[in-house]
Amino acid sequence: MSALAKSLPRITIRLAGQTDFDGWRKAARALAMREIPADQVGWVVSGAASADLFDGGDPCPDAVPNGGTAFTVPRSFMEAAEAVICHSDPERFSLLYRILLRLRREPDLLKIASDTDVRRLEAMAKAVRRDIHKMRAFVRFRRIGSGAEERHVAWFEPQHFIVERNAPFFVRRFTGMRWTILTPCASADWDGERLAIGPGAARADAPAEDDAEALWRTYFSSIFNPARLKVKAMQAEMPKKYWRNLPEASLIPDLIRGAEDKARDMIQKLPTEPAPHHARVKARHWPEPDVEPGSDDEGANARTIPELRAAAEGCRRCPLWSDATQTVFGEGPENAIVVFVGEQPGDQEDIAGKPFVGPAGKMLDAVVVEAEVDRSEVYVTNGVKHFKFEPRGKRRIHAKPNAGEVKACRWWLDRELAILKPSLAVALGATAAQSLLGKTVPITKMRGQVVEREDGLRVFLTIHPSYILRIRESADKEAERGRFLADMKAVKRLMAA
Amino acid sequence: MTVLTLREKLAILSDAAKYDASCASSGAAKRNSLKSGGIGSTESTGICHSYAPDGRCISLLKILLTNFCVYDCSYCINRSSSNVRRARFTVDEVVKLTLDFYKRNYIEGLFLSSGVIRSPDDTMGEMVEIARRLRIEYRFAGYIHLKTIPECSQELVEKAGLYADRLSINVELPTDEGVKKLAPEKRPETIRVSMARLRSKIDEKSEPTLRTKTRERFAPGGQSTQMIIGADATPDATILKTSSRLYASYHLRRVYYSAFSPIPDSSAALPLMKPPLMREHRLYQADWLMRFYGFGESEILSARPDGMLDLAIDPKLSWALSNRAMFPLDVNRADREALLRVPGLGTKVVKRILETRKHRRLRLEDVGRLCQSIAKVRPFIVAEGWSPGGLTDSANLQAKVAPEPRQLSLF
Repeated sequence: MSALAKSLPRITIRLAGQTDFDGWRKAARALAMREIPADQVGWVVSGAASADLFDGGDPCPDAVPNGGTAFTVPRSFMEAAEAVICHSDPERFSLLYRILLRLRREPDLLKIASDTDVRRLEAMAKAVRRDIHKMRAFVRFRRIGSGAEERHVAWFEPQHFIVERNAPFFVRRFTGMRWTILTPCASADWDGERLAIGPGAARADAPAEDDAEALWRTYFSSIFNPARLKVKAMQAEMPKKYWRNLPEASLIPDLIRGAEDKARDMIQKLPTEPAPHHARVKARHWPEPDVEPGSDDEGANARTIPELRAAAEGCRRCPLWSDATQTVFGEGPENAIVVFVGEQPGDQEDIAGKPFVGPAGKMLDAVVVEAEVDRSEVYVTNGVKHFKFEPRGKRRIHAKPNAGEVKACRWWLDRELAILKPSLAVALGATAAQSLLGKTVPITKMRGQVVEREDGLRVFLTIHPSYILRIRESADKEAERGRFLADMKAVKRLMAA
Repeated sequence: MTVLTLREKLAILSDAAKYDASCASSGAAKRNSLKSGGIGSTESTGICHSYAPDGRCISLLKILLTNFCVYDCSYCINRSSSNVRRARFTVDEVVKLTLDFYKRNYIEGLFLSSGVIRSPDDTMGEMVEIARRLRIEYRFAGYIHLKTIPECSQELVEKAGLYADRLSINVELPTDEGVKKLAPEKRPETIRVSMARLRSKIDEKSEPTLRTKTRERFAPGGQSTQMIIGADATPDATILKTSSRLYASYHLRRVYYSAFSPIPDSSAALPLMKPPLMREHRLYQADWLMRFYGFGESEILSARPDGMLDLAIDPKLSWALSNRAMFPLDVNRADREALLRVPGLGTKVVKRILETRKHRRLRLEDVGRLCQSIAKVRPFIVAEGWSPGGLTDSANLQAKVAPEPRQLSLF
């Protein structure tokens, strides 16, 4: 086959324009069917300066020869090819055809990112993408006319043949405007309803100025921070080749020149006296409190739950406050008969500032209702009132509070119980039991039992509802829920006793 | 007071806004004006329409509604005790400026912040009104980022989320102690609760509603925050710890680090020095390691007893040099998590390695074609026909892979 291919005369394909993708595709397909090697094919663009040099070859074989089998190429190749056809490199047609040929034998070629042809394809596609992106960034419209005659016109010099490919972006963005983008090779015009791609233009065809540019230039120089001069970083993203069509770019040399002095001035200038209005603002908005805050930070004198809750807001009795959002205090009626004590707030409780609103809280709610415990007689709280966690990416992993933290927070639970004077407390899990009883208790062993504290408060011991949620096996989960429901029914009986 | 022209106001109120690092216009939901016939669109990535000589991109019209402020945060150019010139835009002026700039393709949208005047609700109310007018009256579909005032009412935050792509609340400084010292009137507790509320609102609205099964629009670009670094003595370890807490707790899209920059008419409470730009850069790199490379915050600085990132080399290389027992890694076998730890291999390169090695075994030169610089990667990998031998453990490895130390171009 290769000997036959080599004997074929050189073929020249004439494309209708620089971005004639359909023309390329049609020709490339026919050539590939005949297995004509890439180096036997020359590609020229009608009207381009170099077109005549390659004239004289055979025209494109347009019929599919007998025995040629239809073939497909990966969609990713077609996508890349549509972009690469916009590149200004005259070799692009040939490269695309060579890869097309190779794809017939190496269908996974494009996945081999280290292949030289694939790398070149990607580099060209990337250059086109970048040029498209920069055009979206650096086109500057100038307004002409007003009212119904208002139009916005821009002059831009892209590196590649991207105007047609990029025009729909400007349509999507500036639908409600009439606009024209002029470039040396092509122009795009949107009249509010229809997009028209036209021939190239000259810079002089675009308006020379726009009143808004004075404001834009003011903005550009004011938003610049002279203490952070990083000229290279600027130029990497906004290469000088674009500057001549950017109204703000002419300010850059002076901004750079003046930056050092400005920054030094700021550093060397001594701080001044406070502004004259400062004292007035301070007196009006931030008056010194008349007396030392009479508020009782530690809650020792609080007589009601709201007073106690307010006192606990700024609690610093252990370091857990520093990572948590807020103190999550107990909630419920002050004449509650039973107090449910959990371990600590979780992620959702920390965010909401309310106890038992997360998955475990919902489970507790459901079971309590099923056990026919009257919610208006229940107060819920936690042994530890700040959320302890380990951050892991976008999640917070619950961490068990240690004995010191439990002890520090007992202060608040003791005061809650002193105000509420319930007839029964329910310890949900080991931490709650430790907090209520002042010592560690084997929960699984003592579950369902009532322990009486020295002060006479009965403490019912059970598991924390989150334990049920962690069981994966659904039968086991159901069984555990059943046991917890039985516990809650026992609580209901104890409440009546 | 003399009446200021629009241009004078713009000069004052953009100068006042430049210390906010964020200019991102990414992360918004895709939308365009084809149906509405208005103007504006947002696509997957943001567009930087210009660059100032400080190397920062200009994507949004970043301005303050006013630089009058009742707070007296010592690091801020707009603090109430500062002698800076004051100005205040009207709602109409901001709307018109945004549209005029947008129509000329200068910007992607608006980033509006403000000093707090009268009350937080008054100020926030005007900011929300600007966003509302742009969206509803002018069918503006460009990007809108509103800096939320932590003390404002929940209703205003909800309205803001309806019109804005992104909302942000600045934590100001990495620690609560820092805020108490340098921004005595700000309450870190309130800031946290505001961020928490924003998160729950964003979570809530991202669920389809029961009735219409569609998602209600609420800040599709999420929330972000900013902290100033170098204004107090907080070490990098504490800063990264704070960031990882913020990402986990409030699901932030970004934490911005803003190197404390000298300001005109600065306060005596602050260091008078050049902004620590390299430190800022290293913090961003470390932040990236936490978010995209699977590094834990404590790992990054585990080998740095002073809790500060190495300014001479990037944090991943620094980590690799002190964890050499893990290397060399075989690029033809190692899993993604491991490959992400190789200095010089970014997320994209790792993806391509994994894809390519399904089809052929990778040689060193193949890896070289995929990444920026093979010199940095070479000592840490094994490839077909390549083993670094003693190179991985050689004493002067840092000198071989690290770039020549160079003076930062500050001035």
